[in-house]
Amino acid sequence: MSQSNSILWSFDVDGKNFDSAGFASQSTKFKLRQLGLNGDIIKRVAIAMYEGEINMVIHAEGGVANVEVDEDKIIITLTDTGKGIADIEQAMREGFSTATEEIRDLGFGAGMGLPNMKKNSDELIIDSAVGKGTKVTMIFAI
Amino acid sequence: MTIRDVVELLKAEVICGEEFLDNEIKSACGCDMMSDVLAFVKTQPMLLTGLVNPQVIRTALMMDMKCVAFVRNKKPDEKVIGLAKEHEIVLLSSPYRMYDACGVLYTSGLRGEGACE
Ligand SMILES: Nc1ncnc2c1ncn2[C@@H]1O[C@H](COP(=O)(O)OP(=O)(O)OP(=O)(O)O)[C@@H](O)[C@H]1O
Ligand SMILES: [Mg+2]
Repeated sequence: MSQSNSILWSFDVDGKNFDSAGFASQSTKFKLRQLGLNGDIIKRVAIAMYEGEINMVIHAEGGVANVEVDEDKIIITLTDTGKGIADIEQAMREGFSTATEEIRDLGFGAGMGLPNMKKNSDELIIDSAVGKGTKVTMIFAI
Repeated sequence: MTIRDVVELLKAEVICGEEFLDNEIKSACGCDMMSDVLAFVKTQPMLLTGLVNPQVIRTALMMDMKCVAFVRNKKPDEKVIGLAKEHEIVLLSSPYRMYDACGVLYTSGLRGEGACE
């Protein structure tokens, strides 16, 4: 927890349900609009969080998505207990994907998510341990 | 052009969002990979796609899109339609295949965003 006047939201991300993936990002977008933040930052947060949330479902077993809105920044933390990422540098490369054919048929698995999260956020931190899980933190300056 | 013009050009059925047909659409994109829509699209307010799962609507929502046209007569289920209604996204279903649907709109003046960087 940082300042006392920061806003916190927390969402459970169901790793078994592809259809509900993105609900946390959708709700966050709605709430950020209600806060009256500018459209550009809302769009960047929504895209980056959605990519991360989809990853939690298609590559891991779901987890928790936390959103913290401070005076000067938004912090998105996505924590899963999935298989983890062995080589983060490789995972960050455009086009690298371990997604199955099944996932591709659903419209994902181009290996563009992590690079897009980096592009849209001001800071992207990936903490991962094979067999334990992954924690993705994204910071957006307001 | 307006979404109403798109409906006419695509010979489309309006699945939902009848009340927004007079809204202006300035450009569009056609894609079946939501990953690519999220990574490459900039400000196109309309998506043509052959996929009908809920992530198509969520992708459109994250990208601030106003209209999704399904090609090849595809139609999403009620849940997906409900999601689109909730977010005021117009859904259309066109009998054209992807290439033809894009071509019809493009030659009528609805362009994309050109080459990527
Ligand atoms: N939360 C995660 N848990 C485990 N592995 C992950 C996670 N997120 C990403 N990865 C690994 O990193 C790779 C690259 O991720 P990225 O989001 O860039 O692409 P993708 O999800 O495969 O495709 P796209 O995002 O274009 O739909 C994935 O294919 C996967 O192997
Ligand atoms: Mg991804």
